[in-house]
Amino acid sequence: MPFHVRWGGYAPAMESAHCTDVTVTVDGTRHEVRVDNRITLLDLLREQLDAKAPKKGCDHGQCGSCTVLLDGRRATTCLAFAAAHNGAEIVTAAGLGDDDDLHPIAQAFLDHDGFQCGYCTPGQICSAVGMLDELKAGQPSYVTDELNEPAAASVEEIRERMSGNLCRCAAYPNIVAAIQQAMR
Amino acid sequence: MIPFAYHQADSVQDAITVLADRPDAVFLAGGTNLVDHMKLGIIEPPLLIDVGHLPLADVDLLPDGMLHIGAAVRNSDLAAHPLVRSRYATLSRALLSAASGQLRNLATTAGNLLQRTRCVYFQDITTPCNKRAPGTGCSAIDGYLRYHAIFGASEHCVAVHPSDMAVAMAALDARVVFHDADGEHRMALEDFYRLPGEHPDRDTTLPHGALITAVEIPEPPTGARSTYRKVRDRASYAFALTSVAAELVVDDDTITSARIALGGVAHKPWRARHAEQALIGSPMNGETLLRAADAELELAEPLPDNRFKVDLTRRTIVATLASLAGENR
Repeated sequence: MPFHVRWGGYAPAMESAHCTDVTVTVDGTRHEVRVDNRITLLDLLREQLDAKAPKKGCDHGQCGSCTVLLDGRRATTCLAFAAAHNGAEIVTAAGLGDDDDLHPIAQAFLDHDGFQCGYCTPGQICSAVGMLDELKAGQPSYVTDELNEPAAASVEEIRERMSGNLCRCAAYPNIVAAIQQAMR
Repeated sequence: MIPFAYHQADSVQDAITVLADRPDAVFLAGGTNLVDHMKLGIIEPPLLIDVGHLPLADVDLLPDGMLHIGAAVRNSDLAAHPLVRSRYATLSRALLSAASGQLRNLATTAGNLLQRTRCVYFQDITTPCNKRAPGTGCSAIDGYLRYHAIFGASEHCVAVHPSDMAVAMAALDARVVFHDADGEHRMALEDFYRLPGEHPDRDTTLPHGALITAVEIPEPPTGARSTYRKVRDRASYAFALTSVAAELVVDDDTITSARIALGGVAHKPWRARHAEQALIGSPMNGETLLRAADAELELAEPLPDNRFKVDLTRRTIVATLASLAGENR
């Protein structure tokens, strides 16, 4: 792999003062790596660890295509420096299941045609997994009527809670349908 | 991005001491704003001091009824905290109206307070901006002003503060707890933020070298109801054109307490004291609400392209207060 690609677009820092040693677990595999401090978790995953499920869309926290489960919760990886996440447990969309045994949400996206080009899909699926955990834990959203009661699993709630994942193909109705199926 | 050194602070004292030796260093917590600014070239710190791992992630109820919120509490955890949901609905809803689920899981309380304006000219290093590069001029004044201030702007800067959380905290009379070389200090949130004046590069009055360790919120008055309403260009995941954090106590159809702050309209969360004064002691009805909104908006100084925000804010104040009278949200 060319040098600049491997380092996420930067020439690697040559001085150890600008690098940090981190251990991360990605989809069950533990990696001990030295990272240039400028490298985000997204670039570490894609360029150094060959985990290509998280996608680089905007690279500015505005599209959600780089969403993974970070220490059990959904998180964007483009605005997190890898150096600050030593010990992180990361699950990408690829690590949620395997080809013979898809995660129920991945299966639901297939069943409902919840994508067109598919670029945002790994982020959508990770976000949906994290979002359903939040719903199950009784966390409210901005559209929840009564903050002190469990939120209803309505279409309005799904749309609000998934608003951090943009889909340029606008497959939103089918994404919502897929998530509704996975909730049943 | 220039190469930089990374130091993970192991205590508040360590963070302050390292920064004192390196005035060009900055603190890193959730990173959702700072990392973006480093990518955009807005800031080029040679050293990041990571304070995101310090043991400042607890929410505690103090004996005097004060809620003590650690600086590193994640926005998602604060929004979902049972005491915040039951006592400070306006704060919970403000947090939930901001960013997205996957960003709120990273963003911290202190980082949210210290996030910087989303003025497009501030974020574009090819354009003049007095906030980013003092003395270069303001590109917004003759430019795109839809998201800019209608209160408290100066000829040097018309940017608005982007936080929702801070607007609710302003309404709730929160105070900021910070540490520096001299120890622990407290400051009212209202004094923490400043108007741009001649120094728009300064968002806050926090001295350089100080580390925010907590935010504290007093117990709400008995019978208080509060909420947060945000108006924006899309239904979710967008910054406010205008927003209203409001808390009311209505006793036998008379308003006995009112606290209101506005977001998206000024360089800081805008405490609407004139509206509050018009409400307190008045009967709870539509006429009172409109009079109160007018009392505040009379002072608005809109710019050519954001006059709509005056009416929008007036109506949002009225609708938000009316909803508090009618129901729980």
